[in-house]
Amino acid sequence: MDDLLLEFLTETNESLDVVDVELVKFEQEPNNAQILDNVFRLVHTIKGTCGFLGLSRLEALAHAAETLMGRFRDGEPVTPDAVTLILASIDRIKGLLAELEATGAEPAGEDRDLICDLERMAGFGGEADAGGSAEEEGVTSGDLVYQVLERELRPGEVSLDDLERAFRETEGPADFEMPAAVAAAAVQPEPDAANDVKADEAAAPGAETGETSASVSNQSIRVNLETLEHLMTMVSELVLTRNQLLDIARRQEDSEFKMPLQRLSNVTAELQDGVMKTRMQPIGNAWQKLPRIVRDLAREVDKQIELEMHGAETELDRQVLELIKDPLTHMVRNSADHGLETANERIAAGKPAKGVIRLSAYHQGGYIIIEIADDGRGLDTEKLKAKALERGTIGAAEIDKLSEAQIHKFIFHAGFSTAAKVTNVSGRGVGLDVVRNNIELIGGTVDLKSAAGKGTTFTIKIPLTLAIVSALIVEVAGDRFAIPQMSVVELVRAQPNSEHRIERIKDTPVLRLRNKLLPLVHMGSLLGIGAAERDEADPDSGFIVVMLVGAQTFGIIVDSVFHTEEIVVKPMSSMLRDIPMFSGNTILGDGSVIMIIDPNGVAQALGSAAAEDIGYADRDEDPPGADEQETMSLLIFHAGSNEPKAVPLSLVTRLEEFETDRIEQANGRDLVQYRGRLMPLICIDENIKRRTEGLQPMLVFCDSGHSMALVVDDIVDIVDDRLNIEVKSEIDGILGSAVVNGRATDIIDVGHYMPLAFDDWLMRKDMQTEALTRPLLFVDDSAFFRNMLTPVLTAAGYAVTVCDDAEAALAQLRGGGRFDIIVSDIEMPGMNGFDFVEAVKAQPKWQSTPVIALSALATPAAIERGRQAGFDDFVAKFDRPGLIAAIKAFTVELGEAA
Amino acid sequence: MNDDSAERAVPRDTVQYVTVLIDNQVFGLPIARVHDVFVPEHMTRVPLAAREVAGVLNLRGRIVTAIDMRERLHLAPRDDAAVPMAVGIERKGESYGLIIDSVGEVLDLPRAEAEPNPTNLDRRWAEIAAGIHRLDGRLMIILDVDHVLGRALEAAAA
Repeated sequence: MDDLLLEFLTETNESLDVVDVELVKFEQEPNNAQILDNVFRLVHTIKGTCGFLGLSRLEALAHAAETLMGRFRDGEPVTPDAVTLILASIDRIKGLLAELEATGAEPAGEDRDLICDLERMAGFGGEADAGGSAEEEGVTSGDLVYQVLERELRPGEVSLDDLERAFRETEGPADFEMPAAVAAAAVQPEPDAANDVKADEAAAPGAETGETSASVSNQSIRVNLETLEHLMTMVSELVLTRNQLLDIARRQEDSEFKMPLQRLSNVTAELQDGVMKTRMQPIGNAWQKLPRIVRDLAREVDKQIELEMHGAETELDRQVLELIKDPLTHMVRNSADHGLETANERIAAGKPAKGVIRLSAYHQGGYIIIEIADDGRGLDTEKLKAKALERGTIGAAEIDKLSEAQIHKFIFHAGFSTAAKVTNVSGRGVGLDVVRNNIELIGGTVDLKSAAGKGTTFTIKIPLTLAIVSALIVEVAGDRFAIPQMSVVELVRAQPNSEHRIERIKDTPVLRLRNKLLPLVHMGSLLGIGAAERDEADPDSGFIVVMLVGAQTFGIIVDSVFHTEEIVVKPMSSMLRDIPMFSGNTILGDGSVIMIIDPNGVAQALGSAAAEDIGYADRDEDPPGADEQETMSLLIFHAGSNEPKAVPLSLVTRLEEFETDRIEQANGRDLVQYRGRLMPLICIDENIKRRTEGLQPMLVFCDSGHSMALVVDDIVDIVDDRLNIEVKSEIDGILGSAVVNGRATDIIDVGHYMPLAFDDWLMRKDMQTEALTRPLLFVDDSAFFRNMLTPVLTAAGYAVTVCDDAEAALAQLRGGGRFDIIVSDIEMPGMNGFDFVEAVKAQPKWQSTPVIALSALATPAAIERGRQAGFDDFVAKFDRPGLIAAIKAFTVELGEAA
Repeated sequence: MNDDSAERAVPRDTVQYVTVLIDNQVFGLPIARVHDVFVPEHMTRVPLAAREVAGVLNLRGRIVTAIDMRERLHLAPRDDAAVPMAVGIERKGESYGLIIDSVGEVLDLPRAEAEPNPTNLDRRWAEIAAGIHRLDGRLMIILDVDHVLGRALEAAAA
């Protein structure tokens, strides 16, 4: 491509970004002559250059936009519609430029639509052309100014004078008549466009800007990025060599190298600083597009929004800047859309109608802190809680223990949106979880503070540069590795019989750290090295590097820990790039190469929270229905033995801990007073001794107004997994064993324990309905649900016939079985629930039999489909009360009808 | 064979090869592809990497990924006492070192005398061999450097 054209593209793109910002400012301050002047000049320059380069289509469009802006200069009132139109034109120009950049030629076609609108707005109608505009200029300008004076005199008297004067002092309307001459002139000031604006803001009014900008531009030069990158690499090498030398000098006492080496070290440090500075850019560059976005958004969602920006000059590494651009934009969008209320709501809440989003940036240590604050409604804690429970992110008991701030952090999990409705502004498939991930990828953190009714503040903390990081050097199986300090929370020395010792749940090592259970992993086993050494060495001692990655805290066991060192991150060769455990490699001061551990990779290998997030994201994408991988949340706990036990989380009403002295004895059994009633405590088997002191954890189950508590040793985790009972159990109270989270786990049969707590639990149930049992057909392919629901249904007074697939159920019906009601699963191998219900309803004699669908996915779409297929009702799989109620409703109906 | 660069560097009908010895077999690398020859020292192993990756090492401030050619060619491991050598090559801006047993002389061989791989050559060898030269009493396999790394890359990705 032509050099001239290339230069033009670079410059124009920059200019257009500035125009965006300026125009939005202008809309707010229509009387600010300086801003108008800037915008006008920028568009004018674009037009001129286009003419010069023979880009007729761009020229025509820019010309029309310029003409309209000329009317503003003449004092015509600025309307939001006009600004929108100009912004639309600028978008079109950007589009044309993009194509020009891609193909090297101006795309064919024309922009009559926009040009017509622009001309109509400018008041020309059909006869508009360059000559016409110039004519109008001279004749009508006086009148127009007068009109504006009438309207705007009181609020902006002085400004208007300024405006007038500015117009007279700057380039006259003559420009319109001689585009060619202007074009030639325009090429000169153009490169300074971006600088101009900044200079203008400082002081220079109107005509002086030309000179100011010239001097600014003389002080800076454009340098090819590659040159800078190369310089950076070389300095990194120098730093490494210096480190090596220092290392050697350290070992040699009284070396004559000491002094010069010290000097070299200082110079290197300064050089490094200097080069780093060249990579630095003001964060304002990443903010450029925001005023425009906020403005468009405000119009779209009909809110009044003011965007304040502080600390735009705060500098950070180019590379980092690029990476945070999108997350920042997203968060500002989020604040505007979800955070701020509409004008009416704000007035009702006693706040000014105009909402404020404040962006600020400042340096702190080696980090840059960016805050995005709005004065909107704040986060709705209750809604978040409900959502967390609904998503199974956390159990009901735990959630009550969380502080408000901790609950607020849920919005960084996938699938949490505080907006009741998804607008086309946010909810475009990227959530705050993605923002968080992006920020964490560059070693940053994001946090938030929110006060109901007062607003929300997001705080992003990111390292100034990615090229040099501080890392902890550790040793595993004789090899050294670097762990980025950013992710390291603390170091713990673990020894048997000490306060910190490595404990084991089956074979999984854990550490009790300040009453929290920390999952541990041997770095060696993660990396598949040193298995022999690990066996020999004392498995329960070592150093534990406690790491925080995202919301996940875990410990990595290493053999020894050396020191912290500033390392220059070098990319790995493409042959090694697929190893997720490493993010790069580096050369240490002693000249050896070591691998840099990627904390995200480790977290992913551990698989818990991070994997869960991914799981959610996937589920959001997949339409419901295709769920062969149907998972459920399982609460994992220990009771009696070391083997984990599990119970579906949805069956558990609460997790509680009781002081042992609150446990009372009555009638030979343990009871606690719970919410004003006595709740019996049940042990899973006789082997379990409840604790005699401290806190006794237990699972509380509620059903039909009764509560019982199951005594457990400790609660391990909540996991999402497929429940597939592989080995059925002969023991009462255990449904069988399944592989949960990769481990064999006993699945507890809650139905077994409930009658133990209350002898009359079963009898009490719904005695008001006649003792007569009603025949019920229950179809479900999952042994777990058959086992779980059959007792429940039996207890509710039904004679349950169980089938494990639809064919068997149809066979039962054909065989003359009479059922008052049918309960069927939807997702089954072979004939699914929809086909089954259709087959049932197709037979006249079964037509009136109510069929209730049972599904893990009670989505509106699935419910609708179920209704169409002929289901009479649709109940979520774990909603036992709902199921009983639904069955009751239909059987009572039936009873009355009979 | 991808030795266009070699062709340009030597404006004759011959190609210059650096010969190396791997398990007593002579291999030839186009001289234009060979950056340097060095003794691999202070190698850091890379856990979880492909089998043939011997490790990474620091060669005058550059991080070099070392490939054990014996592993790559599915040969028995080297005698522990033997001091290996490495041939440094560049690919797409990255540095690699091919670890071999020893380096021999540089040969100037007529292009026309190169013969195609025998059809019965071990498939794993054939994919990195770009032909054969008959030397005095010995056969030299022309090493296709891009394939040595390329296939390894694919293997690593798989």
